[in-house]
Amino acid sequence: MPVSQSDCNAIRFVLDGEVRVVAGIDSNMTVLNYLRDELRKTGTKEGCAEGDCGACTVVLAELDGNRVRYRAINSCIQFVPTLDGKELITVENLKGPDGSLHPVQQAMVDCHASQCGFCTPGFVMSLFALYKSEDKPSRRRIDDALAGNLCRCTGYRPIIEAAEAMHRIGNELSDQDAHWMNCSFSSSPDSRTGGEREAYERLRSIQRRDTLRFATSGFAGSKRHYFAPTSVVDCASLIAQHPDAHILAGGTDVGLWVTKNHKDLETIIYTGNVKELRRLELSDTHIEVGAAVTLNEVHELIGQHYPSLAELLRRFASPPIRNAATLVGNIANGSPIGDSMPALISLGASLLLRQGQQTREVMLEEYFLSYQRTVLNAGELVERVRIPLHHEPHSFRTYKVSKRFDQDISAVCAAFFLQREKHRVIKIRACYGGVAEIPKRAPACEQALSGTEWNDESVCVAMSALDEDFTPISDMRASKDYRRLVAKNLLRRFWLDTDPTSIQTSVIDYLP
Amino acid sequence: MSGGNLVGGVGTPRVHESAHLHVSGEALYTDDIPEPRGMLFAAIGMSERAHARIRSMDLRPVRSAPGVVHVISAADVTGINDYGPVVADDPIFANSLVEYAGQSIFAVAAKTIEYARRAAKLAVIDYEDLPPNLDAQSALSEQSFVLPTETMARGDSAEAIASAPHKLRGRFTLGGQDQFYLEGQIALAVPNEDGAMLVYSSTQHPGEVQHAVAHALGRRRSSDITIQCRRMGGAFGGKESQPSLFACIAALLADQTGCAVKLRPNRDDDMILTGKRHDFIADYDVGFDDTGRIRGYQVTLASRCGMSADLSGAINDRAMFHSDNCYFLENVLIRSHRCKTNTVSSTAFRGFGGPQGMLVIEHVVDEISRHLGRDPLDVRSRNFYGIGERDITPYNMKVEDNIIEEIVPALEKSARYRERRRMIESFNAASPVLKRGLALTPVKFGISFTATHLNQAGALIHIYTDGSVYLNHGGTEMGQGLFTKVAQVVAEELQIDIDRIKSTESDTSRVPNASATAASSGSDLNGKAAQAAAHTLKQRLTGFAAEHFGVEPEQVVFRNNQVLIGTETVSFQELVKLAYFARVSLSATGFYRTPKVGYDRETWTGRPFYYFCYGAAVAEVIIDTLTGENKLLRIDILHDCGESLNPAIDRGQVEGGFLQGMGWLTTEELFWDENGLLKTFAPSTYKIPVCSDWPDEVHVELLETGRNTENTIHRSKAVGEPPLMLAFSVFFAIKDAIASIAGYRLSPRLDAPATPEEILMSVQELGLRVKQHSGTTV
Repeated sequence: MPVSQSDCNAIRFVLDGEVRVVAGIDSNMTVLNYLRDELRKTGTKEGCAEGDCGACTVVLAELDGNRVRYRAINSCIQFVPTLDGKELITVENLKGPDGSLHPVQQAMVDCHASQCGFCTPGFVMSLFALYKSEDKPSRRRIDDALAGNLCRCTGYRPIIEAAEAMHRIGNELSDQDAHWMNCSFSSSPDSRTGGEREAYERLRSIQRRDTLRFATSGFAGSKRHYFAPTSVVDCASLIAQHPDAHILAGGTDVGLWVTKNHKDLETIIYTGNVKELRRLELSDTHIEVGAAVTLNEVHELIGQHYPSLAELLRRFASPPIRNAATLVGNIANGSPIGDSMPALISLGASLLLRQGQQTREVMLEEYFLSYQRTVLNAGELVERVRIPLHHEPHSFRTYKVSKRFDQDISAVCAAFFLQREKHRVIKIRACYGGVAEIPKRAPACEQALSGTEWNDESVCVAMSALDEDFTPISDMRASKDYRRLVAKNLLRRFWLDTDPTSIQTSVIDYLP
Repeated sequence: MSGGNLVGGVGTPRVHESAHLHVSGEALYTDDIPEPRGMLFAAIGMSERAHARIRSMDLRPVRSAPGVVHVISAADVTGINDYGPVVADDPIFANSLVEYAGQSIFAVAAKTIEYARRAAKLAVIDYEDLPPNLDAQSALSEQSFVLPTETMARGDSAEAIASAPHKLRGRFTLGGQDQFYLEGQIALAVPNEDGAMLVYSSTQHPGEVQHAVAHALGRRRSSDITIQCRRMGGAFGGKESQPSLFACIAALLADQTGCAVKLRPNRDDDMILTGKRHDFIADYDVGFDDTGRIRGYQVTLASRCGMSADLSGAINDRAMFHSDNCYFLENVLIRSHRCKTNTVSSTAFRGFGGPQGMLVIEHVVDEISRHLGRDPLDVRSRNFYGIGERDITPYNMKVEDNIIEEIVPALEKSARYRERRRMIESFNAASPVLKRGLALTPVKFGISFTATHLNQAGALIHIYTDGSVYLNHGGTEMGQGLFTKVAQVVAEELQIDIDRIKSTESDTSRVPNASATAASSGSDLNGKAAQAAAHTLKQRLTGFAAEHFGVEPEQVVFRNNQVLIGTETVSFQELVKLAYFARVSLSATGFYRTPKVGYDRETWTGRPFYYFCYGAAVAEVIIDTLTGENKLLRIDILHDCGESLNPAIDRGQVEGGFLQGMGWLTTEELFWDENGLLKTFAPSTYKIPVCSDWPDEVHVELLETGRNTENTIHRSKAVGEPPLMLAFSVFFAIKDAIASIAGYRLSPRLDAPATPEEILMSVQELGLRVKQHSGTTV
């Protein structure tokens, strides 16, 4: 069904292999509630309504150049209008036309990978996303792909086995003229099968060049406005016109305001379609990350330059969250425990802020004022973050300490950037999260180290100096004593990691 | 009786009966049931204070909020304002006194869930704060208990300790645990004619919900109320007594509005409103000889029971009954305080107090071995129950089925325990930051409800004229595979393929007075009851066949979908049809009561358990002494499931139970703030294990020679709870890794859960003690 570009008050997305045009949808409605309450598709479950359990996992298919990209997301905190231009795939869509189970589903059955079954649709969808994007996933990749899915019954072993078996089952099936969904992703457009080509064309037919804008009624008859601009100029001017608007990118934090706090988001400006903000650029001097670039999208490029930060990003929330959440969003919301901040500050990252046509650059470390307060003005947008590339010899590490390795919020997060001349410290930037109301450098610690020999003795002095830098608090994640001690010990770990004695310090990387 | 080619008979690794529905999203949970016309949504108004008198409450803003249809509080409860399962101290709605932060005070029915939840936040309540007891220690100091203190004793433990060559005294604390079932609590109440009500409830105990709803509605007949549950999305004990609150509120609102009402709290409210595993404080005195054999043991257990009794009596009883684990305690005194705190009432959770009692004695044995400088495994073995001697439990039950001496040496060997211990010691000597640790821990767990009368079950089987079978029993399906196992039992008994059998939802109108599906007893009880029903039908068919074909009943043999009748063979279906035309009843109930059990709670002697389950595990961990971060590297498990009804399902229970136990003892930490507000009420703050926590190297074996010495269903053993305690090995392996920093000469102080913080603080404290021992270097 061809759709005209002027059809602006409705959103268009693909579901069940058909383009749906939906008008008048409440912009605060989550995809999960839309599926369950409006469409009565109850296969997708609500486990937590905050993106931490994965029972609500669905897959989005979208165009990425001439490819179709599949990514798992948490439907419980994704708003329906953000589906515009995409295909939504739910657990109900996986069976073949003849009712046969998809290889992912069959593998789950064969491996006894469901017990109570409530988390199962979410696992199936996370595995489906993995299936469509990767052929022979390692155990580590399977763990990563499933880091956002909680199962309380199985102990995960049979699910891991299913992930290892699904491609074999798929290969057996694909000999028999299987449905295209049963094939792992074919990367080149030429090798697309009929069904795949149709899916691609359907997606092409609903792409949008202009700003999507619509108004609907929301809770108890209130008025709601939703804008999805496509250019940064339009985006900035909308934000300037609506200084009270909520800027929505991945929605992994904003979604919770609605699901947990029952907040009304009267005006939403969605940045996900803004082409300039979607850009991820590499120059000789910088990595530049636009405000709509997701954490997963930056992962590879950052990994090439700062492997330690890439490892931290691997442990940042979960794939469904990183598939939606943006690096800039992690910065812009001003949380004291954003995991990327210590690393970015210690690397000397800066932000490009835009208000209308005016832009200004601020150093990231100057962006945070106090708890959840930043220098960002009303009507202003964080357009991009600029991460310098350090070509001169240096040591850089970032560490995250949490109760659980995967998908947890850090008790303490730290990053260290060090330049030495022989053994003398020329430059040190030590930055911490979780020990103050904002992510912060440790001036006393840095000063203790500046110009000294990089050795055990000076590190011990600098560890003590951290007491002057931070007065952490106790909460459910950790006590202040633990935070203080870990902050110090992470500096020691950094020292050991830069020392050639090769003492092992990482439990995660340890292999027997 | 071999099944031949029978599909899905006993002992086969049949997949879960709903697996194909789970993976396709087609399995219906209570929230997925098509909603009745005009259904309303409910939400609960909760206390903001831990302990306070309500001076006044203004519900007008709630009533006048958009979409609100009906609001009720304590005064509006038609019948009895209580849902306590044992003691009537659990008000559905707090009257004038709130006793924990989050307690239900009123409820709203509205046109949408969003209207209901928003309105529930609008009450204006004036509280007069009262001093709260926020933990067991505080309640203990004030002698504030929900139930009387109990004592179990044998011999002269004081004298035995006093005269022992070695003595230790100490305190060990262990944390609680949230069940974190993925499907939250939910009830959908649908009014019917003439005062009847159907409630769909996610519950392990439909029968109890039935009575609670009947009492709340003031019905004179519980038979007016029907409770149904096809499946739960996990329960783990958290849906044993807790669902009544939600069912009662939904039913009250439905009864008063005449509309169907659904009540589904969100995750936060669910975790705040519902009970968790009891945390414990244990103070012990132990005397032992040079070999580590215990001469006398005294322990005082104090548990956080929360604001009401709930199931705390039986839970703390079970903690007492399991204070021995696998160890013979000749002179023993076990005291148990059931502390009343201003926190949510603690409730059932897999193991039901058993894990807590067992963890304490494991801690004590570990302390003994470190005190003596012996390998903990040697001290454990030294204290095992004997066979034919040293085999009487502190409650005077003879341990008749002891196989721990079979399991532990086999596992020690297959896991190469001694060799790896040496390797680990040399690794640790060369690794200043990362330290590895190893531990082997045993499990013995008693099977049966300690409340003897609960050890009964019923089943109902119909055979239709096409030979298909309808199966119903009093057990509930929460993922554990009960429906699959019971269907296998029926398939075996009737000798028909399992796909001829339809497993159907738990329903109080089909099988009455069923006990909770709990205490690991589901398959034992319901399997036997269903077998009895199937047997009755088989006998009727046999009698009919003998008469019809003119043979002796012994000449009628059911085998693999066929019935051999003398020299003739007919299909099961043909025989059923013939029987129908001959007017033979094709419907039967079955009943089972566990034999032999019973004990005297006055003297704490007798036989509370029909039999024991055994298992053991070896865990190897690595810890980071700079941060306390840790990882399980390898796990070896040998567990006894008797003659397993379904080895695939049993393995799932073993592995799942193990990881759940590991969560309890490592990452899962409950945190209440100084005002008594639970701050770990969502997966963002409460951390259960994830996929990467499952170790790379795993060896899980079910004991091949396993066979229940008692006449249980096909000589299988219960499997729901016992494997949880296999995770003790992880906790003590962590402790072992910490001990390495003091050259294994001092015992680390480690309480549960061993979070990274607990571990690091233990490392710090031990480091200080090492420094105090002059001349000792790390």
